[in-house]
Amino acid sequence: MLKLPIYLDNNATTPMDPRVLEAMTPYFLEHYGNAASRNHPFGWEAEEAVDYAREQVAKLIGADPKEIIFTSGATESDNLAIKGVYEMYASKGNHIITVTTEHKAVLDTCKHIEKIGGEVTYLEVNAEGLIDLKQLEASIKPTTILIAIMYANNEIGVLMPIKEISAIARKHGVLLFTDGTQAVGKVPVDVNKDGIDLMSFSAHKMYGPKGVGALYVRRKNPRVKVTAQMDGGGHERGMRSGTLNVPGIVGFGKACELCRLDMEEDTKRISKLRDHLETELLKLEEAYVNGSREHRLPHVTNISFKYVEGEGLLMGFNKNIALSSGSACTSASLEPSYVLKALGLGDDLAHSSLRFGLGRFTTEEQIEYTIKAISETVLKLREMSPLWEMYKEGIDLNTIEWAAH
Amino acid sequence: MAYSEKVIDHYQNPKNVGTLDKSAKNVGTGLVGAPECGDVMRLQIQVDDAGVITDAKFKTFGCGSAIASSSLATEWLKGKSVDEALKIDNMAIVEELNLPPVKIHCSVLAEDAIKSAINDYRVKNGLEEIKFAESVVH
Repeated sequence: MLKLPIYLDNNATTPMDPRVLEAMTPYFLEHYGNAASRNHPFGWEAEEAVDYAREQVAKLIGADPKEIIFTSGATESDNLAIKGVYEMYASKGNHIITVTTEHKAVLDTCKHIEKIGGEVTYLEVNAEGLIDLKQLEASIKPTTILIAIMYANNEIGVLMPIKEISAIARKHGVLLFTDGTQAVGKVPVDVNKDGIDLMSFSAHKMYGPKGVGALYVRRKNPRVKVTAQMDGGGHERGMRSGTLNVPGIVGFGKACELCRLDMEEDTKRISKLRDHLETELLKLEEAYVNGSREHRLPHVTNISFKYVEGEGLLMGFNKNIALSSGSACTSASLEPSYVLKALGLGDDLAHSSLRFGLGRFTTEEQIEYTIKAISETVLKLREMSPLWEMYKEGIDLNTIEWAAH
Repeated sequence: MAYSEKVIDHYQNPKNVGTLDKSAKNVGTGLVGAPECGDVMRLQIQVDDAGVITDAKFKTFGCGSAIASSSLATEWLKGKSVDEALKIDNMAIVEELNLPPVKIHCSVLAEDAIKSAINDYRVKNGLEEIKFAESVVH
């Protein structure tokens, strides 16, 4: 029996894997010690659990456990990486290079850097959502201290060429920070093979608990340091003070271990479902995939259904299918997704998009239901769309003078 | 965001979806909104010799609230005289559908569509276009 509603918003957050919860439970009720308590068994147990989790987390990304700084999540890690590097390397320069399609946690942090006197270059992307490597290299100046480019985009799932980016960064002696939130645990990420100096990621995007994440900070070749953004007891090698969230960290560790062990099989199964979903939905007229299909996460697809509006479309099934739309009709501003606009999509196509994020617990039955529900709703809404009628009559919508409102 | 039951009902069972002959002299057509803004409404009225709206149709590209606002507007228009139709206020639509503040622009659009359709009808029939005050925030 198909159970509704169906969850297809795994880029927003993932459900916890029951095995993760199981690993965490004892650390709420029995082993509740503070990992910084050095003088009794409760503290020792907690510290041991954190050390073990740190190994599990490090192993997933090919890092040394000492290079993992636990935080409250990717937003905090993004802030710590960018602001921390900016302060620590102030004597070297004040220029940061990033991309217009980054997550707000990176973009808004960069805006903050500009306010306090830093300089930021925002690289544009092409229609595929990818940057031009030549342009990246040309943007590097003597004052450049950091390149901040995400591993995979949260809205369209496009994978940036991190290895090529890091080669450029290395050549010019600039640090590379990547927001790995959507990629870690989904595709193989190796900080050494990929040449990453700093990387943020989060437990709740990989079947772990909310409220815990990490910042990877390279210790060798080069040794990277960040200035703490939270002052206090000097936890996490002085880079992030605050009592460690032991149950959360234990869950994060377990989640990383499961991703490492299950990744290959999960990816095979999930990408097959994603491809099937995509193929079937593209059978609808005037449906387009947004962003590169070649360089992309295996579980994501972002599709625009032209001449129907995203939120109106969601309403047709959002009681039963959890999805996200690139339309911003729910917010006070009427601006659609800035990521889709950065790809060069017209506002009309950006307003017509849906993001599908499949996951470990997505089933074939759920995908079949989704294909049917979405196809029916698109057809129904097109029947009542004046734009569809004009399109069918051969009217070029760009020739109409719309009464802007 | 949770939609009101009335919005959901109009969305699921929209009233008067369709197209009237826009070249007919007794048909007025209003096309308002813009694809970039995420909503476009086309509202049409058919008027008899006595100046009474005998039929109304709509097609809308937009969110559920935009669809519901236009569906409701067509229901209200039928049977009204053109003069009465001019009095339909967007706030009446807001109240009837329980639209939240972020969706008020949908009702404004519906009101604009009505006025635009009436003006189209008037111009076709040799009457003067009515100048409306700039509508409130969209």
